[in-house]
Amino acid sequence: MRLRNISVYVLLVLCAVVMLFPIAYAFSISLMDGKEVLQGHLLPREPSLENYVAAFERIPMMTYLLNSLIVALLVMIGQVVLSSLAAFAFVFIDFKGKGLIFMLFLATMMVPWEATMVPNFLTIQSLGWLNSVWGLSVPFFALAFGTFLLRQQFKTIPYEMYEASQIAGISRFRFFCNVVLPVSKTPIVTLSVYSFLTTWNMYLWPLLVTNTEQARTVQIGIKQMQSNEVASDWGVVMAAVILIIIPTLVLLFAGQKHLQEGLTQGAIK
Amino acid sequence: MTVALPREKVRTRLSDAASGLLYLSPSIVLFGVFLVYPLLRTIYLSFFRTDTQGTPLEFVGVGHYSTLFTSAAFWQSIQATVGFVLLTVPLTILIALGLALLANEKLKGMGIFRTAFSATMGMSVAASSVIWMFMYNPSIGIFNRFLEAVGASGVQWLLDPQYALLSVSLATVWMNIGFTFLILLGGLQNIDRTLYESADIAGTSYWTQLRAITIPMLSPTLFFVGIISLINAFQTFGQIDLLTKGGPTNATNVIVYAIYKDAFINYNVGSASAQAVLLFIAVLLLTWLQFKLVERKVHYQ
Repeated sequence: MRLRNISVYVLLVLCAVVMLFPIAYAFSISLMDGKEVLQGHLLPREPSLENYVAAFERIPMMTYLLNSLIVALLVMIGQVVLSSLAAFAFVFIDFKGKGLIFMLFLATMMVPWEATMVPNFLTIQSLGWLNSVWGLSVPFFALAFGTFLLRQQFKTIPYEMYEASQIAGISRFRFFCNVVLPVSKTPIVTLSVYSFLTTWNMYLWPLLVTNTEQARTVQIGIKQMQSNEVASDWGVVMAAVILIIIPTLVLLFAGQKHLQEGLTQGAIK
Repeated sequence: MTVALPREKVRTRLSDAASGLLYLSPSIVLFGVFLVYPLLRTIYLSFFRTDTQGTPLEFVGVGHYSTLFTSAAFWQSIQATVGFVLLTVPLTILIALGLALLANEKLKGMGIFRTAFSATMGMSVAASSVIWMFMYNPSIGIFNRFLEAVGASGVQWLLDPQYALLSVSLATVWMNIGFTFLILLGGLQNIDRTLYESADIAGTSYWTQLRAITIPMLSPTLFFVGIISLINAFQTFGQIDLLTKGGPTNATNVIVYAIYKDAFINYNVGSASAQAVLLFIAVLLLTWLQFKLVERKVHYQ
């Protein structure tokens, strides 16, 4: 038994080292000066934060970070609000055709977003939303996965509570705000973490709808850097990489339990 | 607070449909504008020759489709897509399953390992691709330095048509392990512990338990992860754009990258739309397959 535990630990450590190696490697490179990078060292002789300073001074890193933050927060709020409103209607309001509409919501999950990107680009262009946070966020506000996730949770709230509130003359919207939302904190947090992560990491859409330095998000910023900078500036590029993965890694580690439960629920139910 | 009057009750019931739709309307409007309309528009445009702005000029019927099916470039992109799927999906699931089994052991300090194994879920495709691009660098990257250290000659990982798809796939497997691991771990944790307890009493070995309990009980989650991974693999774009730009000689020109190039670089919107429709059909079939499998699972229970 003892031996078995030791071998499990050895395997765990080995796997963790392999999985984390690229991140650690990037961090190590970000602390090196250009000459050392070219010599192909694994660890910096004299670690310095010079590259991080350069990342902010030579490229508009702050603008990129702010844009990404605003867009990710907008999408997060939009998805939580729209998903919870829709889920509330599916659970608590009875009307004809509800089942059909729910099926149609689920059906939207079958449409690969890439199959619709050309007309969507033209729509955003005609709305004058190119290079704006609206063009980057509004198309993603409606989310079937989020509606489905919250619907599962809302269904666990006793329907009698809703009926009681109706008899007491409490409006639907107040019941939604004062009862349904507060007891559904966990899946709402799950959805928020999921929304923020996926939006922050979005690549293809921001690539299409932004073409100015002022509007770019971090992901496109790093693409620009990588294609513009010469190879000797890998240190700065890696510093930028570390800067853009920190927010999502922190969020992932903080919300990991929630996220895992939420995603698994989607898988199993 | 007054007791509700019957008149008000009737009014409430009448307004149920209206208020239900009111709550649903933001989602319905946005789905309409950014999903249903563009999907129908894509199908429509796939039958037209268009100008560079996507304005239809001339009806060409299935012209774009028949051109695609006879074009070597299109088959090359199908081949790249299928190759990419086969290289990434099974390997990702296998590795993530191994990690999930390890991380599901009841040992001290497991939280750290779970965090480490799920880390790539927090990493964007762009950031990860930049890191892998450096690792694949022919002169200073870790892979070639390792090869040189053991006396082998270096490889042009991203520029050699023989290696490019493999290199991009390997990077992708790493990127996707985090998400796959998290879902599989969740599936493992949902398995009834008492099954293992009775197996322990019966004295069955770890491997027998794995084969007889774990894998069958995990199979719905495995199916789910399989289909999601398959669909995601079909939609790959970022790592291709950053690492190879579809090259060398179109070896990594997967379908979404081909659509992007046709629509936004060659301004051939009609052909891009036809490819988008084919992508949609492929994903539709895969999702339908998933529903069929879920249905079967429900029947068996």
